[in-house]
Amino acid sequence: MNLLDPVWTSLLYLVAAVFFILALRGLSSPRTARRGNLIGAAGALIAVVTVFLSSRLENIPWILAAIVVGSAVAAPVARRVKMTQMPQLVALFNGVGGGAAALVALLELSHAGDPWVRLAIVFTLLVGAVSFAGSGVTFAKLQELMTTRPVVFPGLPAVMAAVLLAAVAAAAAVVFTGSLPLASLLLVLGLAAGILLVLPVGGADVPIVISLLNAFTGLAVAASGLVLGNVLLVVAGTLVGASGTILTRAMAAAMGRSVAGILFGAFRGGSTAGSTAVSERPVRSSSAEDVAVLLGYAQRVIIVPGYGLAVAQGQHTAAELALALESRGIEVDFAIHPVAGRMPGHMNVLLAEANVPYESLKEMGEINPEFKTADVALVVGANDVVNPAAKTSAGSPIYGMPILEVAEARQVVFLKRSMRPGFAGIENDLLYEPQTSLLFGDAKDSLAQVLGAVKAL
Amino acid sequence: MDGMSLLTITVLAVFVGFEVVSKVSSTLHTPLMSGANAIHGIILVGAIIVAGQAADPWVLAVALLAVVLATANLVGGFVVTDRMLHMFHARKEAGTRQATRKADGK
Repeated sequence: MNLLDPVWTSLLYLVAAVFFILALRGLSSPRTARRGNLIGAAGALIAVVTVFLSSRLENIPWILAAIVVGSAVAAPVARRVKMTQMPQLVALFNGVGGGAAALVALLELSHAGDPWVRLAIVFTLLVGAVSFAGSGVTFAKLQELMTTRPVVFPGLPAVMAAVLLAAVAAAAAVVFTGSLPLASLLLVLGLAAGILLVLPVGGADVPIVISLLNAFTGLAVAASGLVLGNVLLVVAGTLVGASGTILTRAMAAAMGRSVAGILFGAFRGGSTAGSTAVSERPVRSSSAEDVAVLLGYAQRVIIVPGYGLAVAQGQHTAAELALALESRGIEVDFAIHPVAGRMPGHMNVLLAEANVPYESLKEMGEINPEFKTADVALVVGANDVVNPAAKTSAGSPIYGMPILEVAEARQVVFLKRSMRPGFAGIENDLLYEPQTSLLFGDAKDSLAQVLGAVKAL
Repeated sequence: MDGMSLLTITVLAVFVGFEVVSKVSSTLHTPLMSGANAIHGIILVGAIIVAGQAADPWVLAVALLAVVLATANLVGGFVVTDRMLHMFHARKEAGTRQATRKADGK
């Protein structure tokens, strides 16, 4: 169809671009976040309708069928995914976006007469392929299809350097000759680089890598906009690339890490690798009744939820336990570490799902001074975010990460599945301290037993 | 559009992108990332253009694959972000409910 004249097309693309800016702005504030997301979706709808109305397109039935297939696969998955598995779904969506950008660039090569356009094409190909393969590996790590520990092998830096050199050489050749086989080779090299980039990243740092690859895909989309001469793609891709970069740095700062350290730490000698030493020191394990007595006769209890709570779907039981304690006149708060769960802000999403009241959720800066006054800190399925090694042991992979100071509380109770270390793979010395007791088991079952025992007091 | 104008627009968009998310609380990091992730699904527009120009069946097949992938990114991205943010909304309601219950109890 060719219903719209070019001026209208440009205007509608401009409207869509403004909607995307408003969407990102809206998403930055809790009050406007949901509206912001809907504005973004509206902008996308305007853009897609515009492209159908304004370009001379063949194969429209095929294209519509492909859109239906894509929506039919993605929407139900997005609607039904468990909130604990959401980070890997975001990684997956990000990866397929990068893959789409790379394919678009590959197909445009035969139309590109200008070396500058071919430069944008090789950039899109390479970055899109890195994002696709890298996101695939992050998905596999978060879904625990593969080990969450850093994967390093001798010669990894040399292999990575060889792949990158070959990619640069292939890219230069494509820019000067426009050869399609070499462009396909570049695509393969990009996929290899993406895998090699993410393999050495330790589990706890994976969310930051997702954010970084998200920015990469944005840049690939922007470059594909330069290839197609489409301003909307340029603006939207650049916005995501720029905001994604800021967001990646903010996430890394919340975890006390540097982005370069995460990506290249393993190359430099495994600073993201966890210690493998498992201690044989004794711990004090406890029963649900003992824990109930501790909690039931306290003045002030702070609950520290972690990923284990979310995985066991124990949010609701935790909320009930908090209510039961409050009805005994005990002051109860939830202490939320910024990176509790699998991603910054993830725990807030999970507890919100369980209807834990907003006022009971305390951020780290607010709650840390209060641990001194707490009788009991109840740590449910969290480990790395309360590990004092982050403060005391300079060699530890999480050194420098701000932690919740549960050690300051008079008593510390851990509800843990086992003595297995947390996602970062490091032992927690706090488990062996005299004020600490442990209740082993599934977080939800343990909470239910403690809740029953508290009610029976 | 000529190269210089595109470059100008790109540079300005970089600054807008930096500015617009410069102050965001860690609570919203995940939804913001997910929302930005949905926005780059707009590569769908590029995939549609390429598919619409395809004459060769192989080119069309690859282009349609790009359309499917881009649609998954765009649609899935907005839906999952909306689900995350819906919970923030639900939490506020729950908060007032409990506050009322507390007030009733005392």
